[in-house]
Amino acid sequence: MSILVDDDTRVVVQGITGGEGKFHTGQMTAYGTNVVAGAVPGKGGQEVDGIPVYDTVRGAAREEDADAAVVFVPPAFAADAVMEALDSAVDLVVAITEGIPQQDMAAVNKRLGEVETRLIGPNCPGIITPGEAKLGILPGNIFSSGDVGLVSRSGTLTYQVVDNLTQRGIGQTTAIGIGGDPIIGTDFVDALREFEADPDTKAVAMCGEIGGEDEEAAARFIGEHMDTPVAGFIAGRTAPPGKRMGHAGAIVSGGGGAGTAESKIQALNDAGVPVGDTPDEVADHIEGFL
Amino acid sequence: MKLHEYQAKGVFADAGLPVPASTLAATTDEVLDAANDIGYPVAVKAQVQVGGRGKAGGIELVDSDEEARAAAESIIGMDLKGLHVDRVLVESAVDFVDELYVGVTMDRTVGKPVAMVSTQGGVNIEEVAEETPEAIERVHIDPAFGIQPYQAREAVFEAGVDEDVAMDVASVLTTLYELWEEKDATEIEVNPVMITADGEVVCADAVMNIDEDTLFRHADLAEMEEAAASDELEAKANDYGFDYVRLSGNVGIIGNGAGLVMTTLDLVDYYGGSPANFLDIGGGAKAERVANALDMVFSDENVDSVVFNIFGGITRGDEVAKGINEALESFDEIPKEVVVRLAGTNAEEGMEILNTDLVTVESTLDAAVQRAVEYAEEGQ
Repeated sequence: MSILVDDDTRVVVQGITGGEGKFHTGQMTAYGTNVVAGAVPGKGGQEVDGIPVYDTVRGAAREEDADAAVVFVPPAFAADAVMEALDSAVDLVVAITEGIPQQDMAAVNKRLGEVETRLIGPNCPGIITPGEAKLGILPGNIFSSGDVGLVSRSGTLTYQVVDNLTQRGIGQTTAIGIGGDPIIGTDFVDALREFEADPDTKAVAMCGEIGGEDEEAAARFIGEHMDTPVAGFIAGRTAPPGKRMGHAGAIVSGGGGAGTAESKIQALNDAGVPVGDTPDEVADHIEGFL
Repeated sequence: MKLHEYQAKGVFADAGLPVPASTLAATTDEVLDAANDIGYPVAVKAQVQVGGRGKAGGIELVDSDEEARAAAESIIGMDLKGLHVDRVLVESAVDFVDELYVGVTMDRTVGKPVAMVSTQGGVNIEEVAEETPEAIERVHIDPAFGIQPYQAREAVFEAGVDEDVAMDVASVLTTLYELWEEKDATEIEVNPVMITADGEVVCADAVMNIDEDTLFRHADLAEMEEAAASDELEAKANDYGFDYVRLSGNVGIIGNGAGLVMTTLDLVDYYGGSPANFLDIGGGAKAERVANALDMVFSDENVDSVVFNIFGGITRGDEVAKGINEALESFDEIPKEVVVRLAGTNAEEGMEILNTDLVTVESTLDAAVQRAVEYAEEGQ
């Protein structure tokens, strides 16, 4: 079992004719993802590696029965593309694009509150259910099917933790990269709720980082609503206040308190979640749970 | 991207906000000329991007040519919390009876902008926020509609702003929100807004952070970017297009992906070392970019060793190896010890290409970091 995506998921790729979109569509189909259509304004009627392209997401979803969209659209146009997908018939939108203006995302966030559609990202590596489907840019070969759910704000940190798990022979039900921006769709609590409801997920690894209060909210949720054990990691313990550490969302404000690694680790510990000092220690905790 | 005070005040003045008369000056003579044009008393303010300028001796209030000369000589050229001061703003001093705080930022916990007003201006607002959060009135703004007149009124009256100036402060708040939206700011802050004995409202300071991802639609602000880069190495990183933050340690760090690079910094600290920088080469970097990253880190004279940690997703190990070879083969003698860990996409191909005479290879993150920390200790 898995959460959100599996081999039945029918995917439309927005921006399929661009360099990134085309390359990763190839990678996704090679992994077994059921990519049924592309959507690019003005390119309707074309084909990319045998996949039909439509002018609109609405058209693609209607004609090909797509239920998920992946967005590989450049940042200046990406918020519009995400809103187009939110307004179409798909249930899940995965936005890979990095560098979407914050105020554009505030507008998307408002729309998100008015629809049932789930958004993952933006500025994320996507979601993978090993052996079934991947929506995004995660390298499929490092993942393996298993019992552990994984949710992370960072792509490459996800790969690192997966690597540490793989060395212990531990696989994943589903792994989600929720993205490193200040305003995102699916957050830790949303992902944890899905994992808690999945009978096959026996433990969850959660990789947070400095900035915002999502990890603190997740800690409260775990303490109050979860039976599935969770192990955590928080990146950015050594980050100085006021400096943005790569991710637009990874910044500790000057005032201290919420947003710091200490605050997040404390909140998780208070909820009974062990936090590893290294990614390898996270894998140790997960191994102990299984 | 944080604007300098003089740049932000220029943006404010263009929007019709009340700011004190001011002139940018780079020499003592320019300071004296500006002070005489504006008329004493004036404030001489260091233009560097660091908080607490006043306490650190970067702001002086002067009332004569003699005092202005002394202030100019002490501030221009000074080292203020590690930053070199090469320009000052000479600004008409405001005789105030009250100081307020007014700001607009993005509240990421709800994904909405928030307008803020407090009567406790002139002090560190973050301390106010922590100790007496109720002293800051916050009003969330719907981004689709923008700030409504009643919201600006509510913010100032609920904050307890004096009735005589409340509507003028509400007008300042409204203009600040409109600027925030128009300029794609992530944060605008005026601390303090000064109230004079005559009931005039003046924006005495100006903090403006612009969303760097929007510079494609703000040509005027993009031009300011170069002027706003304070640290030489950070300016160089801008040119290369790297996410780079300079720190004070001696272990240089290069990696791909913000979370993994932060983790590498944390591990350097965990294993007893001290990180010199954060440098994210991003996804899918080609050989040239990898070589540029090494050039960046070697440019930092504090660096005694370098750890290069790549977990390839869309970044390919063979490209990384090519870049490392290119960068290191150009030296007669390699300036610092470099430890490389390659994993993920094409890592095996990369290991075949990598010139292992020039670097130390480790297979795990922990081992690579520990080795780099050892080298840094030896290199000191």
